[in-house]
Amino acid sequence: MVKAERKPIEEIKDAINGYEKVLVTGCGGCVSVCLVGGQREVNELNAQLNIYLKNENIEKQLDGYTVERQCNDQFLEELEPKIDNYDCLLSMACGAGVQNLAKRFPKIPVFPVVNTVSIGIDKDIGMYEERCRACGHCVLGYTGGICPVTRCSKGLFNGPCGGTNNECCEVSQEIPCAWLDIFNRLKAQDRLDDIKKIYVPMEWHNQTPRTIIQEPYEKRYSV
Amino acid sequence: MESDTKPDTQPEMKSEMKSGSNFEKILKAGHFAFTGELGPPRGCNVEHIKEKASFLKGNVDMVNITDNQTAMVRMSSWAAAIILMGEGLEPNYQMVCRDRNRLAMQADLLGAYAHGLRNILCLSGDHQQFGDHPFSKGVFDIDSMQLVAMVKKMRDEGKFLGGADIDQPPKMFIGAAANPFAEPFEWRVHRLAKKIEAGADFIQTQCVYNMEKIREWIKQANDMGLTEKTYILPGVTPMKSIGMARYMQSKVPGMDVPDEIIKRLRGVNRKKVADEGIAIACEQIEEFKEMKGVAGVHMMAIEWEHKVPEIAERAKVLPRPEV
Repeated sequence: MVKAERKPIEEIKDAINGYEKVLVTGCGGCVSVCLVGGQREVNELNAQLNIYLKNENIEKQLDGYTVERQCNDQFLEELEPKIDNYDCLLSMACGAGVQNLAKRFPKIPVFPVVNTVSIGIDKDIGMYEERCRACGHCVLGYTGGICPVTRCSKGLFNGPCGGTNNECCEVSQEIPCAWLDIFNRLKAQDRLDDIKKIYVPMEWHNQTPRTIIQEPYEKRYSV
Repeated sequence: MESDTKPDTQPEMKSEMKSGSNFEKILKAGHFAFTGELGPPRGCNVEHIKEKASFLKGNVDMVNITDNQTAMVRMSSWAAAIILMGEGLEPNYQMVCRDRNRLAMQADLLGAYAHGLRNILCLSGDHQQFGDHPFSKGVFDIDSMQLVAMVKKMRDEGKFLGGADIDQPPKMFIGAAANPFAEPFEWRVHRLAKKIEAGADFIQTQCVYNMEKIREWIKQANDMGLTEKTYILPGVTPMKSIGMARYMQSKVPGMDVPDEIIKRLRGVNRKKVADEGIAIACEQIEEFKEMKGVAGVHMMAIEWEHKVPEIAERAKVLPRPEV
């Protein structure tokens, strides 16, 4: 799922500077799962902001409300009657959710609370690792289920480069070399022949905004 | 003068010149090649290039012009290469995948060839995080393997990567890099095979210090018949100091500096360390001259260009052949 991390509190504070009534809008989707943008985090943020504001003698009304998902208009309906009571919205959602919220209520300023970081996996509670860059042209079948676009710092399709260093990436001893992992996995599966072939230049499908229509629905949306 | 030909190890590519570069001619004539390296300036200092070039002239067959090495901004490699040509030296135009997409790469290649550049070395490039613009966007639109194949397609098929015909295609002698010392060792010879299949006419390796490992890697390449399909030039970089040796050992990714090298440098008088570094390099070169499957040596005297005449002399690779 989408993984995000909260922006520094100073940046959030600056964003709402000058707005009196603020609705902090949580999202029950991915950001809730990765413990950064659900109802609990809405409450935590408001408590934190209230302390800051109190210390600086600033009066503001901070409320919180969490919808099922901000990336679907239907779930934003319930905000309709509340919106007029606020001067701005803080969105706890990922970049897609923030944009959808801002489009649904175009007259009111919407500010993001989180930085959307990746599509990733749960490594442990509160710890997430990036696994997918949504390049739109999945090569995992060829690379033993290890993504070279995401996990190789240079996104190489015919790795490893000459920088493999103590089994790690030349960039950091904290980052395992993706191509070493690809090699080891394919070797264990007796599939090294797969990567002996030269992988041709990638057709990048993520260079324009993409809309997808699932096949069973094609008829429904065809004009 | 001792013979510098090694007829038993030359790739079977003598028939037709691919680029007609001096370097290609030297290799195809069976001479033991000796190439150098020059890093462009961090500015527009042309005199700096000319000064470095003066130490290399007559002592090497070709000079690699690095492309924003270690991800630091420098004069573009094609531009510095043209200046070098004006000094009567033949450049090896290095191109990394980090800084430009496939359009820019092909465009630069056309321009480089139009200006007379005939050799190219295709590289991935150090990650931008190492350099002085660590938060720049790394391009890596294609990788070094795909770059080799693209330059070959342009040369041999006269077509751009996108498929369109080229009006007068660039005929480059195509080089690629290899690092036998990075993990996994077992895969490195297969990666070499891939680069040859992609179109690498010659290979320059990472700096060699671990002779045992390079012997093994070259043997694997010999056994797989790869040294008959490409010219391999191991990289040699003389150690200037113990500090440099320790830095290379611990800080440079993919570098394999055995403890014996450091021990040997420590074993001599402090004033003789650099001299010992050159002595080690010369011993390596002597061994490479005799090693089956090795076509020459790439001398990377990093910021030590003024020492190249002495190194070449002591390595007994002078005079350079005229072809």
